Amino acid sequence: MRFLLIGVFVLLCSAQNLIAQDMTQLVLKVKEKIDQVKDYTATGTMKTDVAFIKAPIGKVQVFFKQPNLFKLQKDKGISILPKGGVSINMNSIIASEDFTAFAAGETVVNGVKTRIVKVLPLQESSDIVLTTMFIDETNLLVRKATTTTKENGTYEMEMQYGKFANYSLPDKIIFSFNTKDYKLPKGITLEFDDEKPKEKDPLKNKKGKVEITYDNYIINKGIPSSVFKM
Amino acid sequence: MYRLIQIELFKIFKRPRTYIAFAAITALIGIIQVGLKIDGAEYASFVMADFNSSFSVDGNILNGYFVCYVILQLLLVHVPLLIALIAADMVSGEANMGTLRLLLTKPISRTEFILAKFIAAAIYTLLLLIWMAFLALFVSMWVFGTDDMFIMKSSYAVVIREDDIFWRYTGAFAFAALAMITVASLGFFLSIFAENSIGPIVATMSVIVVCTILSTMNIPLFNTIKPYLFTTHMIGWKEFFDLQVNDANEAIQGSIQNIDKLIRSVAVLSIHVALFLFGSWFIFRKKDILS
Repeated sequence: MRFLLIGVFVLLCSAQNLIAQDMTQLVLKVKEKIDQVKDYTATGTMKTDVAFIKAPIGKVQVFFKQPNLFKLQKDKGISILPKGGVSINMNSIIASEDFTAFAAGETVVNGVKTRIVKVLPLQESSDIVLTTMFIDETNLLVRKATTTTKENGTYEMEMQYGKFANYSLPDKIIFSFNTKDYKLPKGITLEFDDEKPKEKDPLKNKKGKVEITYDNYIINKGIPSSVFKM
Repeated sequence: MYRLIQIELFKIFKRPRTYIAFAAITALIGIIQVGLKIDGAEYASFVMADFNSSFSVDGNILNGYFVCYVILQLLLVHVPLLIALIAADMVSGEANMGTLRLLLTKPISRTEFILAKFIAAAIYTLLLLIWMAFLALFVSMWVFGTDDMFIMKSSYAVVIREDDIFWRYTGAFAFAALAMITVASLGFFLSIFAENSIGPIVATMSVIVVCTILSTMNIPLFNTIKPYLFTTHMIGWKEFFDLQVNDANEAIQGSIQNIDKLIRSVAVLSIHVALFLFGSWFIFRKKDILS
């Protein structure tokens, strides 16, 4: 009986290990697909949806170069991005192969069946504490990812793919994050009226969002590193 | 009438004190521009300290449009003093010099006399604002360049696209002109009662200071009278720099958040101008001119 119990325990442990290994393999496959893009330049539009920011939709240009150089610039203008979320791309989330991944179930994201995978970086220095990925196993695409960081809180990315799905590059990316209340003394702004915002004011959403819709990508054509220094 | 206005303008611009206002505005704007050019980044980071803890803002924030906004915020509180210097002297100055009685012996009606003097004071006010607009906006655009405008309000931030800014400044300066003409009309009204210039100038400033304090203090007793004070509406030019947002929280280009408030402010200021001018005419028409 004792041998039987030990046998069952060993079997369970092996199975558990096997699943964890499978998820690591899945994440590595996803990473491999992502890594085929060495660099890209993309153009698109950016919409900032934060409760206390009134900003128009603006045209943006995005530059990426491996391993994790990323730059987003507005086409002559002012851009506001949440801190820590400046590198809005999957490459920065699975930049290293030094991680552990394990399964956490299945769910449907935007009508696509996905596997939930928890990814734990093993490097002590990593700012990312935990990433939960919702992976479309058929197409090896990350449909959604929730990342918890040490310094910049938790943020969520939702990707919608189209014509560049073969390169794991989304047509639209929605980046969500928590916002804090923002107040500036009236003595600085010299606003002394006490008019309250209207009840149906759309500036109520506590969760901030940045949506980037890409029009076009130029992939693997080479980008000088100087672009990221400006 | 046109000749009368010309004579009044000649008298205004013959006096050295007229140029004090232009010199003061030039010096003040110059000081602000130099300060922001040298240490503007420090100022911007101070104002945006709370915002910068969560967001990174890229772009030329300290551009000419933003600098002009800062200048207007600081200066439009003080410009009334410079306007009072001239407007409150329009009639009392003549009385002080003993030329009022002489002037009224000429074949002109008192209505024409009052209107010509008021129009001349209004033209002086407009010229002062045009000079201010030139220095604050155009010189700042030249010195600091242009970009989108990023404004921090007390509970939110607004980003206005570069191609949506210029008409807002046109509107803001037009509004500021109306606000300053209100101050001029108050000074003008008070100048009817005095026979020296100091009294109406000090009285004008006192009225503005008291009303500004009442407008800014958040005490329920004063809140009922606030909407009727012209000082409450004098900062209405800022409404041009606030955008409406749609249901998706996208700023609507070319929109103004509180257009009703802006129209109300224009109406209140216009009523004040009309009342002060009417009051000046009504009192002066029947006044015994003894000096």
